[in-house]
Amino acid sequence: MNNLLFFLTLIAIGYVVGTLAEKLHYRSIHEREKKLLYLPVVTMKTVTHPDKKIASAELVCGSAVISIDYFKRFLASLRNIFGGTVKSYESLIDRARREALIRMKEMAVDATVIVNVRIEISTIGRNANKKGVGCLEAIAYGTAVTLEK
Amino acid sequence: MIITNIETVPGKTIVEHFGLVSGSTIRAKHVGRDLMAGLKNLVGGELKGYTQLLNESRQQAIGRMIEQARQLGANAIVNVRFSTSSVAQGAAELYAYGTAVHIE
Repeated sequence: MNNLLFFLTLIAIGYVVGTLAEKLHYRSIHEREKKLLYLPVVTMKTVTHPDKKIASAELVCGSAVISIDYFKRFLASLRNIFGGTVKSYESLIDRARREALIRMKEMAVDATVIVNVRIEISTIGRNANKKGVGCLEAIAYGTAVTLEK
Repeated sequence: MIITNIETVPGKTIVEHFGLVSGSTIRAKHVGRDLMAGLKNLVGGELKGYTQLLNESRQQAIGRMIEQARQLGANAIVNVRFSTSSVAQGAAELYAYGTAVHIE
């Protein structure tokens, strides 16, 4: 009985705090994405600007480690029984990727374009070798190209 | 040292190739941070300690790669890639590799 109570408390805390944190995080992501819209990020390897010279090129990268809350982990384990889309993990990975992209852009605010962007995800932390997803790291990196004015 | 992750350095010509250079580092966080991360696992969200740790390690891996390139006499590294893998509980390996070149 005590165990069950403990478990339910954990789920309740996970649900309340996790949902709130996610909402706040998404709000800040939207805000910063809007602010950085002027800087295009492309996966192409070259950009052609016939009339302008390239002033500089440098590597930029951004990363974020994000973990899932207890409630969502529970939901995902339920989902494992029936199969189908695991929505709770979708939002987790989405947040990590977008946060990493934003951080990469913030490193190159003066650049004209960021070319050859790659995004990678890897699991780290305690559960990395086990089945469950503990926390994951998203890393985005690319080459920031600045054109001469 | 110019570092890019495309095959060339835009606006410059490559005159000499030196081959592969790489740098790696394996880092673990101290127990306190691990404990905090464990707590954070309950409510979800970003693990700032780990983000910072991985950023520092990545900088170190890049630093080692640059050091190697410098010894070869290169002044730029092109086609840089990163990879992360977890080797043990709570420890992560950060690996950066690329091609050292000489540009005009």
